This record gives sequence, structure tokens and C-alpha cells, in this order.
Amino acid sequence: MSSVALPKVSARRRRTDKVMRGTLLAATLLALVPLVLVIYYLLKQGLGAINGNFFTQDPTGSFFGSVGGVRSAILGSLEIVLLATVISVPIGIGVALYLTEYGNDSRFASVIRYFVDVMTGVPSIVFGLFIYITLVLAHTGGNFTGWKGSIALALLMLPIVIRAAEVVLLLVPASLREAALALGAPRWRVITRVVLPTSASGLITGALLAVARAMGETAPLLFTTAGAAGLTFSLSQQMNAMPLQIYNDILSPRQVVVQQAWGLGLTLVAIVLILNVIARAISRRSRVG
Amino acid sequence: MEASATTSGGGRSVLERSPLSRLPDRALPWALTSLAALILALIAYFFIRLIGESGSTFSTFGLSFIFGNDWDVSRNIYHGLALVVGTLITSGIALVLGVPVAVSVALYITEMCPRRLRGPLSMLVDLLAAVPSVVYGLWGVFFLAPKLLPAEKWFANTFSFIPWIGGGASSATPTNYFIASLVLAIMILPIVSAIAREVVATVPSENKEAALALGATRWEMIRIAVLPYSRSGIVGGAMLGLGRALGETIAVVLLIGDAPVIGKHLFSQGYSLAAVIANEFGEATGVHRSALFAAGLVLFVLTLVVNIIARAYIARGARGARGQRKGGDAGTAVTAQGSVT
Repeated sequence: MSSVALPKVSARRRRTDKVMRGTLLAATLLALVPLVLVIYYLLKQGLGAINGNFFTQDPTGSFFGSVGGVRSAILGSLEIVLLATVISVPIGIGVALYLTEYGNDSRFASVIRYFVDVMTGVPSIVFGLFIYITLVLAHTGGNFTGWKGSIALALLMLPIVIRAAEVVLLLVPASLREAALALGAPRWRVITRVVLPTSASGLITGALLAVARAMGETAPLLFTTAGAAGLTFSLSQQMNAMPLQIYNDILSPRQVVVQQAWGLGLTLVAIVLILNVIARAISRRSRVG
Repeated sequence: MEASATTSGGGRSVLERSPLSRLPDRALPWALTSLAALILALIAYFFIRLIGESGSTFSTFGLSFIFGNDWDVSRNIYHGLALVVGTLITSGIALVLGVPVAVSVALYITEMCPRRLRGPLSMLVDLLAAVPSVVYGLWGVFFLAPKLLPAEKWFANTFSFIPWIGGGASSATPTNYFIASLVLAIMILPIVSAIAREVVATVPSENKEAALALGATRWEMIRIAVLPYSRSGIVGGAMLGLGRALGETIAVVLLIGDAPVIGKHLFSQGYSLAAVIANEFGEATGVHRSALFAAGLVLFVLTLVVNIIARAYIARGARGARGQRKGGDAGTAVTAQGSVT
């Protein structure tokens, strides 16, 4: 049999194809430029700021002399985000459990799903305003306090935790649930002994991504925690936090303070990236999700 | 006789659980349902309180709070058109700059790049979302803005014949609409790209193979099989990005210039709703504070509307692609940033 020669693709079409492929590749490379530049400048400017006192002293906040370190900012951020996690993760997983184990396709469940989705789109500054109006203006336990910042961050984390948890809970095979039920286990035992352990790593991944997001948020803290230079372990006082410190440092006219902002920015990005990497590593090793 | 075999002393079946051990099973659904209801109630409560706190502003200034152009703290007059316009301009330009790149990245990763590179490339783009906005602000203020100023001046001079976009080179400052938009574009890129990637991945391979079998080149395949199929999903992703850009605060407050006027050029200073709240909050009391709450309310409603439209588009896209849903890693990654069904 003789091979039938296929009609050649016209030169114009081949050229268009080449150009468009090139454009897509160029756009992809272009998208990576800011990432490279941000990380390069963080390293270049930030490493210089990290010296012996950087992690062991608190910022002085004074216009003259030593600027101190950033200890209170790092510890403050960790405390605030820890409390936010303690609030948002159990509630978030609870709501996700409702959605997958009880709500399913009921009307109420879809309403909840919808509002959780909408909540993801609410700007973080609006969450800050919410807490400012309800807790700060009402002087509930002092004016600006660390725990109010935690609540604002928890609100921000909630939809992230819920959506991530729902996705992994749905991946738990129905046969596992049915097997446990057939063995006579009550529903709540099925949830605590089968569903949650099976999806644990996925749930942790979702929680870590939410923590990473909350770690870098400035706007909600601005109205709830305000800033304070000194170190405090009491969440019922004004506290320092990494994003707040960076924001204040940027506005400072002193070159050394700006230098400190780069160092702290580098620290913050490093923490966020490490959280992301851990989250991804856990999700890759998990059985489900 | 049979009954006596299956009942114990209390007169209930041995297969039946004691009332005490049945309690958690009764309580748990109620507890979880009320937890979910609590979230709804909380959102509603916050919304009502926000309306209440900004009420005095709307009763004083009425609709001119949105449509009047005169924001003057010293005279206690709060007509916020400049803020609304600044918010819309910066978000709009961010979309124009960011969405084409984001969609191209998604198309490249799903349709063109070698399989081995797919994972690492998506991860790198996702990393853009991991950088906190205050760090983008820091980078924008001390690196991007000063570095780009000469280029902006050259551009404004060369294209001075184009109204609004060109011109104003002499008055160009490091902080302006354009630089704020550029950083916003970088910030929304990973979100839009992640959703576009997810949507493009749902295009059935039959459609793509059919196009290729008919002799289409790879780009023609993308144009006639992939893009039409995923259009509404991509539009939804872009709208989600818009919602994110509208509400972005810290990077914008550092880069937009914080001048409560409507900028005459692309390279002039302006203000945005979120920026004005963050910037003027510290010293605001009374009417001023109420006006900032009102700005927050306008911003909230604006992002709410944009998000609702975005959800509708994404749901429409997902309906077309039902049964082909991709779960797993991509799903969780997207959920963490923008959340997609």
C-alpha cells in the first residue's frame, strides 16, 4: 500500500503555532521573575541585617542609637497565630465534619458551603474591622490585645481550614465508614476512630497552609493587636508581630530600621515557606489526599 | 421465647445500646450543625454591626459618600469617590496585567511543558502566593518603585499623546497607580493561575485529541478545544483575583501614594478604600472613624458582589466538567488559596 501524503500544515499556521508556544513559555518565565527578584533582594538586604542581636533583643523603637532586634515580633507572631490556630482548626474541622458526615447535599449544608466560599473572598482588613467594632470599641478586656488579633486571624483561617478539611474528608472511602458501621460502631466512634485518623495528614496540611497564610497578615492585626515594641507573653496586652514590625519599619525614615525590615521580611518569608514545604511533604506522604 | 433470648434484664435488646452510650451519637450532629450555624450567625452579626457603625456617615453624606469627590479630614468632609475610583483603577489594571500571564502559565503547565516539570513549575508559581503582602510592599517601596521610575517617565513621555495613560511624566512619583497595580498583578497571579490550571485540566482529552486528529497544531488545539471549554472557569478565576485585588491593603497603602484625589494620569498618586482605612485609622475619631467604617462597608459589599459573580462562573464551568473532577494535591493547593469546588 502506498502511503498517502498528508497535506502539509501551511507555513502561516506553523508560524502562529511557534509564536504562540513561545508566548506561553515567555509568560511563564515572566511570572517567575518577581519571585526570583523578591527572594534575591530579601537575601541580599536581609542577610546583612541579621546579626548577633537580631534574634535576642527587642526593637527599641527609638530615633537614635541602637535599633535592637526583632525578638518580640517573632515571639508575638508565634503566640498570636498559635491561639488563632487553636481556635480555628477545631471549629473548621467540626464544620467540615458536619458538611461531609451529616449535611451532605442538604440545603443547609449548601448554604454553609456557599458562605464559607464567600468568606474566603472577604478582605482581611474587613475581618480586622469586624473585631475592632465588636471587641475593641466595646473595650472587652482592654483595648488592643493580642487575643483579639488571634480572633481576627482565626476568622481569616476558618474558611481555608474548612475547605481544605472538606476535600480530604470526602476522600475517605465510604467503604471504610460502612465497614465500621457494620461492625456495630456508633457514628461518633466511626468519626473519631476511622474518618479523622484516615484523613489526619490531609487535615494537618490544610491547617498548616492556613497558619502560613495567617502568619503574614498585617491588616487584621493593625486594628486589633496594634503594635508594641516590648516583649510580652501576655495575650491580653498590645503585642508586637512580624508583619506589624515590618510595616512600621518601612515607614521609618532611618536606614538601619529599614534594614531591619528586610531582615525580618526574610525571616517571615522563610517561616512561611518552611510551613508550606512541610504541608506539601505531609500531603504527599498521606494515604488519602 | 425468642424475645427472651435477645433481651437482657432491663427489657431491652442486647443489640441495643444503653441510652448513655447513645448520647454522643445524638449530641454530635446537633453540636456540629450548630457550629456551622454559628458561623452564619457571626457573619450576619458582623455585617449588621458594620452597617450600624457606618450609619452616621451615610446619614450625613448620603450617596455623596460614594459619588462625591472631596475627602478632607481637616474639614471633616468625607466624599470618597477618589477612594472608590482608586480601588477600581488599580484592581482593573492588575487584572489586565495579571490575568493574561496567569492563563498563559496555566496553559503552558497543563498543555505544553514536559511532564517532569509540571509539579515544580506549579509549585514555584504557587510560592508567589506564599509571600506575605507586607513583604511585597517592602520590596515594592525600596526596589521596584525606584527602579521603574525612569522607565515610567520614559513611557509617559513617549506615549504622551494617549490620554490618561501617557503624560504627566514631570509629576511622576515613585508611588503611583501603576506601581500599586503591578504589585497587585503579581499578587493575584498565583490565584488566577491555580484556578485556570484546575479548569484547563478538566477539558476532556477526547476534545483535545479530536482537534489534533483533525490536523490542528498545538496552539490551534488550545484555541478551539481548551479555551472555549474552560472559558467560564477562567472568568471565574479572574473574578476571584479581582476580589483579592480590591481588598488588598498593605501593599497598596505603601505604593499608591495615599493622596485622596483622583489621579490625572496612570503615574499619579491616588488612594484606595482599603488603604485609607489602614492609613488613617490610628488618629480617627467620631465622624472620621465612622467614615472609615463606611469605606470598609463599601469595600465589603464590593468584594462580596465580585465573589458571588465569580462563584457563579466557576460553578457554571464545573457543571460543564462534572465527572472529570481532579482531586488530590491540586485540589488542596487551590483550596488553600482561592478555594474551588
